[in-house]
Amino acid sequence: MLTKEQLESYWGETRFLMVIVLFFWFLVSYFAAIISDFLNKIVIFGFPLGYYMGAQGSLIGFVLLILIYAKKMDEIDEKYGVKEE
Amino acid sequence: MAGETFVERLRKIYAIYTGVFLAFVIVLGIAEKMGLPAKYIGYAFMFGTIAVYAAIGIISRTGQLAEYYVAGRRVPAVFNGMATAADWMSAASFIGMAGALYLQGYDGLAFIMGWTGGYVLLAVLIAPYLRKFGKYTIPDFLEARYGGKFPRAMGIIATMLVSFTYLVAQVTGVGIITSRFLGLPYEIGVFLGLVGILVCSFLGGMRAVTWTQVAQYIVLIIAYMIPAIAISYKHTGIPIPQIMYGQALSTIQQKQELLKNDPKEIEVREIWKKRSQELEAKIKGLPTSWEEGKKELEAKLAALPPGDPERAKIEKALKDYPKSAKEAKEKWTAAKRQADAMAKPPKPYTQPPQKPIDMINFLALTFCLMVGTAGLPHVLMRFYTTPTVREARTSAGWALFFIFLLYFTAPAYAAFARSEVLQNLVGTAFATMPEWVKKWAGVGLVRIEDLNKDGIIQFAEIILHADAIVLATPEIAGLPYVIAGLVAAGGLAAALSTADGLLITMSNAIAHDLYYKMINPNLSPSTRVKIGKALLLIVAAAGAYVASFKLAIIVELVAWAFSLAAASLFPALVLGVWDKRMNRAGAMAGMAVGLGITLFYLIGSRFYGLDWFGIKTISSGIFGIPANIITALIVSRLTPPPSKELQDFVDSVRYPKGAVGAGAEE
Repeated sequence: MLTKEQLESYWGETRFLMVIVLFFWFLVSYFAAIISDFLNKIVIFGFPLGYYMGAQGSLIGFVLLILIYAKKMDEIDEKYGVKEE
Repeated sequence: MAGETFVERLRKIYAIYTGVFLAFVIVLGIAEKMGLPAKYIGYAFMFGTIAVYAAIGIISRTGQLAEYYVAGRRVPAVFNGMATAADWMSAASFIGMAGALYLQGYDGLAFIMGWTGGYVLLAVLIAPYLRKFGKYTIPDFLEARYGGKFPRAMGIIATMLVSFTYLVAQVTGVGIITSRFLGLPYEIGVFLGLVGILVCSFLGGMRAVTWTQVAQYIVLIIAYMIPAIAISYKHTGIPIPQIMYGQALSTIQQKQELLKNDPKEIEVREIWKKRSQELEAKIKGLPTSWEEGKKELEAKLAALPPGDPERAKIEKALKDYPKSAKEAKEKWTAAKRQADAMAKPPKPYTQPPQKPIDMINFLALTFCLMVGTAGLPHVLMRFYTTPTVREARTSAGWALFFIFLLYFTAPAYAAFARSEVLQNLVGTAFATMPEWVKKWAGVGLVRIEDLNKDGIIQFAEIILHADAIVLATPEIAGLPYVIAGLVAAGGLAAALSTADGLLITMSNAIAHDLYYKMINPNLSPSTRVKIGKALLLIVAAAGAYVASFKLAIIVELVAWAFSLAAASLFPALVLGVWDKRMNRAGAMAGMAVGLGITLFYLIGSRFYGLDWFGIKTISSGIFGIPANIITALIVSRLTPPPSKELQDFVDSVRYPKGAVGAGAEE
């Protein structure tokens, strides 16, 4: 069992991580779409960057975000001694 | 550790399965070389794969409650990821999405981002907490969190509303794929598909569905990759489509630039413009124009002597002629929209929407699809099946990774197909049309007509159906028929796996949530499983019955499901975990308002010309989602806070095992 303070700080860290993940989630999808006209001026290997972000870049971002989230949550669990087997 | 050997055994089984499947494809390929007719290759793929799924269903049959509902809660993260990916990717993802990108260019990316980005929301906001809760269904969670039967009832209504149209669409997809590839009547295709779906879920519930979905994922991802790799090799000499399609994008841009001012193209566009005007006059002249058109055709038919070859043509035109003035309006409006689109030069393929309102619609659609994804009951349910909360988190990552493999490839399909059309089809003579165009024109997926009668194909003379892109790519890349059969098997796997997941979600909503929890709680576990199985049959039959009408609106209704899930279940679940002060009155008022506003706008904008800020019907959830959340927050603050037990419940899902008192797991 954790103390009340420990519980609060556990949830605080979890919530902070959630906000960070969703911030980057917004950045790679919506923000990239909003500025895609500008990004399209940059062309790499035939890919206009704005289009690329929508078609593939944001997806790579999503996968990485979930993997990082899972890893960070494990670290938080470990820190509070409640990591699962 | 016993768990490790279980994972190892699973790995071995599925590795062998993948090897056998590849060998099966190669053997069929050799048989084709030796002269096996295409028809039998199609049969071998359909019946071969369905037989395997059935076998898995039989091996995993069960009558035990926890196995039936949540596959015994021992599905390792990677395999749950694969099953979730197959559960999630429907016929629309497999066949339709590349086509949407081909047709819409940048605008189509709303589907790519929307159907993947939702997993971030799911992983961070909902999945781990649902697993910690550890029961069986979404209505279970709503009752436990908000207390009382009313939240459960709302959960049942939302689940059924969202899942049923989705199921009908999958069954329709199965019917179309089987009828197209086997030449069977559509209804028989539906029936066959139904057998394929039921044999898994009926015998073994969630357990059989899970292991079958893993097998189906393997089939569908192989089927999706091979043609893409082949066409990348054909166009660029390097078999990595996901990286090489940048070249195709450059080709598209150059060719389309040239088409803009091509005099022949302009000529064809003028013809489309004229057609659009004619259609507009006809629509304005309704209902008399409809009657006149019908009479004209009948008079023409009567004037022709029996046996005249022209007769068959007019008979067909009469058969296709709208049955009523109302149908005529629908059909002609759609035709006019098509003509208007064809009358314009193609817009730059990679260009985002230019008008602010179009950009807003793009973002709104992306948002609705994302939030909807995270609120679909059949996807959420899968996170109950992992052994631990930790694995539920990793599992969301794996699920997205496996989905990503397909979605990452879809833009390549679209770009290669478009550059193929622009490079090798436009500008050639009608007389030397490639085989794939003729074949798919035969079944109506390609419409190509020499509008300006110059004998040369113009870009504006080609209308490709979205489904044609993935289906025709094997032939465009010059692959043997066996690969076309493989693609059909992949599409079938995608549709069947999604249908399975939906079916089990709905039958659980009725058997477990409605009957057991609300009507008769004195049932033994084995009776509960039996009732669940009986309901599977009923729901499946109802789905097939509705699918047999082949309603055109089904495709649209599936898109509605996302807005409805987004505006009803998602906020109630997220607020249930993240807002301790949220109470029953707030959450239920939010669900009712969110669902109500979304339905109102869906129906109003689709059928009665309702228009709020220019938002399209498909993105209706953009009003319902905030309406739900705001209503929930306001009402909950005006009413008493939830009881001590309910607040303790929130703690029990928020914190891992051992941090607070025991969880609720059965």
